[in-house]
Amino acid sequence: MIVLLGVLVVILGFVTRRNPVLVVGVAGIVTGLLGKLNPQEVLAAFGKSFADSRSVTVFAIVLPVIGLLERYGLREQARTLIGRLGKLSAGRFLAVYLLIRQVTAAFGLNSIGGPAQTVRPLVAPMAEAAAERTTGGPLPDRLREKVRSYSASSDTVGLFFGEDCFIAIGSILLITGFVNSTYHQQLEPTELALWAIPLALCALVIHGARLLLLDRKLEREMALHAAENELPLPHQATASRTRNGSEEAGK
Amino acid sequence: MIKVEWLYWLIGLIFVVMALQMAADRTNPKRWTSAAFWGLLGLTFPYGTGVVNAELNAAKPGSAGWTLPAEPLGVAVLALIVLAGFNFIGKGVPVTTTDERRQASAARLGSKLFIPALTIPLVAIVCASFLDESGLFETGKATLIGLGLGCIAALAVGMFVTGEKKISVPIHSGRSMLEAMGSALLLPQLLAVLGSIFAVAGVGTQVGTIVNDVLPGNSKYLAVIAYCVGMFLFTVIMGNAFAAFPVMTAAIGWPVLIQQMHGNEAAVLAIGMLAGFSGTLCTPMAANFNIVPASLLELKDQYGPIKAQLPTGIALLVCNIVIMALFAF
Repeated sequence: MIVLLGVLVVILGFVTRRNPVLVVGVAGIVTGLLGKLNPQEVLAAFGKSFADSRSVTVFAIVLPVIGLLERYGLREQARTLIGRLGKLSAGRFLAVYLLIRQVTAAFGLNSIGGPAQTVRPLVAPMAEAAAERTTGGPLPDRLREKVRSYSASSDTVGLFFGEDCFIAIGSILLITGFVNSTYHQQLEPTELALWAIPLALCALVIHGARLLLLDRKLEREMALHAAENELPLPHQATASRTRNGSEEAGK
Repeated sequence: MIKVEWLYWLIGLIFVVMALQMAADRTNPKRWTSAAFWGLLGLTFPYGTGVVNAELNAAKPGSAGWTLPAEPLGVAVLALIVLAGFNFIGKGVPVTTTDERRQASAARLGSKLFIPALTIPLVAIVCASFLDESGLFETGKATLIGLGLGCIAALAVGMFVTGEKKISVPIHSGRSMLEAMGSALLLPQLLAVLGSIFAVAGVGTQVGTIVNDVLPGNSKYLAVIAYCVGMFLFTVIMGNAFAAFPVMTAAIGWPVLIQQMHGNEAAVLAIGMLAGFSGTLCTPMAANFNIVPASLLELKDQYGPIKAQLPTGIALLVCNIVIMALFAF
């Protein structure tokens, strides 16, 4: 029963935000010693399982290729392509972005998007501009926050439920590395990646539907907001903002 | 026959070359310790061949070549943990192109830039599905070897498409990405190690007994729910599905779902990991995914993205449970 303290070390370490590498190292040593291994056996256990799980770090071999392509403008090209979606409504635009993020991550391009890479400079401003265009006025703060939050969510959901369809990703290789070394199996990364596909589709349908519903929600809340403040609904299209959006897109 | 060990040697070599570049990089304030970390990591790859050979020989004498003891590798792993755990690794100023040049080259090359990236999975899938039986690759390693070959092919295609002549350029750019990831790159492998140690020390058996006491009968559905919800909750608490995986798998996933109830290994484990990912969508502990975007987008409510993701995360947890219960057995 006492070996379970090792699990406790992991939980406490992560909850108190210690350096994850250190937490894992300490938990390994503690668990090994509590499991009645002597220090030499603990070292051997670390060495053996590290040798057995080298496949987990194989994904590093992808970095030079992606690095080369980024140097030649891979991210810029992705932004240009996304920038062409400027005519869609906010919800539709974010749903299409979710799909793009999933498909590219499934092909191992998980670094072309991200909060700093695409959401802040491109996705959020374009979604805001689209929302103002369709609802016909500047968004009140609360709705602006909502649109931005949904922009961040479409990036994160797309990444999480796309990348596992690619074989050279940490999570898939962690599974095969762990299972093959601990339980002496011959599990192949492709088998795991195949099982990620149905869940990628679930994520697309569920989050995509929620993003599409965002349009209606925005319109309803805008009407409510206008009624609360007894303002006439503004109708002048905010062309200047839209133009800003597409300028951002070319950056 | 191409062996997977060759791929490990190649990766080790790449790490060592990058470590040498780091040692020469004066813009990195921690260049010596950084170089020590990545260089040592590189050396563990060929050394590991000897350790694995020793294990193979122990199982079946004379089945593998030269051997090395595991303990020195264990010392090296602890040294890597100390270097990474006490922030001894840093990064230099990346040598890269200017924004203007990247834009110009993106305009020139257009979507051709995506071709090399698509080469990687294409080659890997061809190797895994068509060449697996050909005897060309070590048995059961076709995907990993295919991945290595795919990267080499993609590098060649990438150099051709971009017109880059110098091989040092992709190595340099790859190193910048390596430095940006830092010790996070090693975390998945270390968690796999931790999972193995949990199993050796008997954590799985312990939790297994508790679970058997708690779960009435041998209900498959309750066990699936326990595994998926456990992955979800552990991830919410720790903010990291990778860390939750070895714990929950050693406890329920492997002993109960796969060994006792004969679940399909790939299905149980892949879906279990994704149940953890559903949890990552819902937790402020995963700060880099959920809190950092809020501050980058200058939101007043730092939980805005989590609120946008929460219903999706919970719905996906339910999908994970249903799909595993229906298709994994």
